[in-house]
Amino acid sequence: MRETLLQVEHLKKVYESSTGNVEAIGDISFSMSAGELVCIVGPSGCGKTTLLKCIAGLLRSTGGTVELDGKRVTGPPPNMALVFQEYGRSLYPWLTVRGNVELPLKHKKLSRVERDQLIDDALEAVGLEQAAKSYPWQLSGGMQQRVAIARAVAYQPEVLIMDEPFAAVDAQTRADLEDLVRRLHLERGMSILFVTHDIDESVYLGERVIVLSKSPTWVQEDLTIDLAPERDQITTRALPRFTELRTHVYEQVQRAKRGQAVRPAA
Amino acid sequence: MTLYTSTIRLPRQRSHAWKRLGESTLFAIGFPFLLLVIWAAWSTAAPATFFPSPVIIAQAFVDTWIGPAFVTDVLPSLGRLALGIILSIVIGITAGTLIGLVRWLRELLEPLLEFFRAIPPPVLIPVAMLLLGITDTMKVVVIVAGAVWPVLLNTIEGVRSTDSVMTETARSFAITRAERLRYLVLPAASPRIMAGVRQTLSVALILMVISEMFASSSGLGYRITYFQRNYLIAEMWSGIVLLGLIGVLLAAVFSIVEKRVLRWYHGIKEVERA
Repeated sequence: MRETLLQVEHLKKVYESSTGNVEAIGDISFSMSAGELVCIVGPSGCGKTTLLKCIAGLLRSTGGTVELDGKRVTGPPPNMALVFQEYGRSLYPWLTVRGNVELPLKHKKLSRVERDQLIDDALEAVGLEQAAKSYPWQLSGGMQQRVAIARAVAYQPEVLIMDEPFAAVDAQTRADLEDLVRRLHLERGMSILFVTHDIDESVYLGERVIVLSKSPTWVQEDLTIDLAPERDQITTRALPRFTELRTHVYEQVQRAKRGQAVRPAA
Repeated sequence: MTLYTSTIRLPRQRSHAWKRLGESTLFAIGFPFLLLVIWAAWSTAAPATFFPSPVIIAQAFVDTWIGPAFVTDVLPSLGRLALGIILSIVIGITAGTLIGLVRWLRELLEPLLEFFRAIPPPVLIPVAMLLLGITDTMKVVVIVAGAVWPVLLNTIEGVRSTDSVMTETARSFAITRAERLRYLVLPAASPRIMAGVRQTLSVALILMVISEMFASSSGLGYRITYFQRNYLIAEMWSGIVLLGLIGVLLAAVFSIVEKRVLRWYHGIKEVERA
């Protein structure tokens, strides 16, 4: 059994406002092992982004705990990297591609050579070594998201969190980027928590798929994806098992949307 | 293995840029030249005391400003102007960043700043004269007191409106305070700051002249009033021309600096238009 990397217990988040409190997250518990690729799906508006922000320490939860490596998360932990959906607003347009990848490394105690090596390696991993001197806005959306991924890879996090990273790119680019994530996971053993609203994507990418209920959110199902680790856009997606899993997750999400699933008593 | 769906845009070819520069210079110079010719013809046909011909003004310009007056009047004016502009920009950006970042400070100061901004700066001259005397310090203080506002208020606004996702990115990567200021807050605010600097330059020039028109014994503003009072009309006009030239020069320097600082910003705009 692999050791637990991320432990979320009874997480609860209530947004307080003058017009009344909104309970975004009811009670979420799950854990993730080191080296795992876990996908989180749920109906739209189920608080996926809220959950991620709580895990990343960007948002204070109302109740419950998040532990990374046995340490309680109260602010953004140093061994975690994020890839946001809005790549255009997450990359800094006044820095080159290289400058963007380099920025988070500046305060790490690394020599010039080590730092350059990390940057080159990360850019190569996402296939952008040619574009290092370009500015993000000179690149297509898919390439910009690659830059954001390279920035996260160079940071050498213990866990990589991706918040619907491919929601804003076209379908073909998306398939390429999915394979890139799989490759990073397989070749580099990266632990990745991947949030998406795309059911196919979650089954294709994940080793586990966590289905969230609608808001106030709880974990409706925690499903193991028993597909081979080597996955391929054409053959894997054509497997009967893939279709079965996809259908199952789809039904779960539909139930979640209609609110048919009943939350077990805690 | 990896499929690119788009190409990298390269900067425009140099020769093309030069050609465009040549064309725009021709347009920029051609029309004023035409106006000068019309003015010269008009003043020859119907001479008027208060509107001498451009040739006479040009002669007066050379006689008046090229020589000792350049050292006694123009240089001190330019020195005060430069000091006033530099102080305005430094104070404006520093204080603006601080006020923009600290919320309670902003809420505390904002109404007060709006009030001070609304005061027409020339009315400060009599007050400054009382407090500081007719000195260089007084003139620089007047310039700064009027010219600091555009930079200050624009910096506050620019710093405050830093994109939330960019800020979250910086937080999630545990980027330090100093780095955040240097690589996120200031660059993100730079388009607003530069817009403020542009206004600051013209306000500073106006205040430089006005501060010298009151009870002064040197400087461009003083000279122009002096010529006017002594019916040296061509000389007066030549002073006004000199001020215009200083203004154009300031704008040119600004535009060079702005193009460098905001290269990324203009680049994005160009991509969006394409």
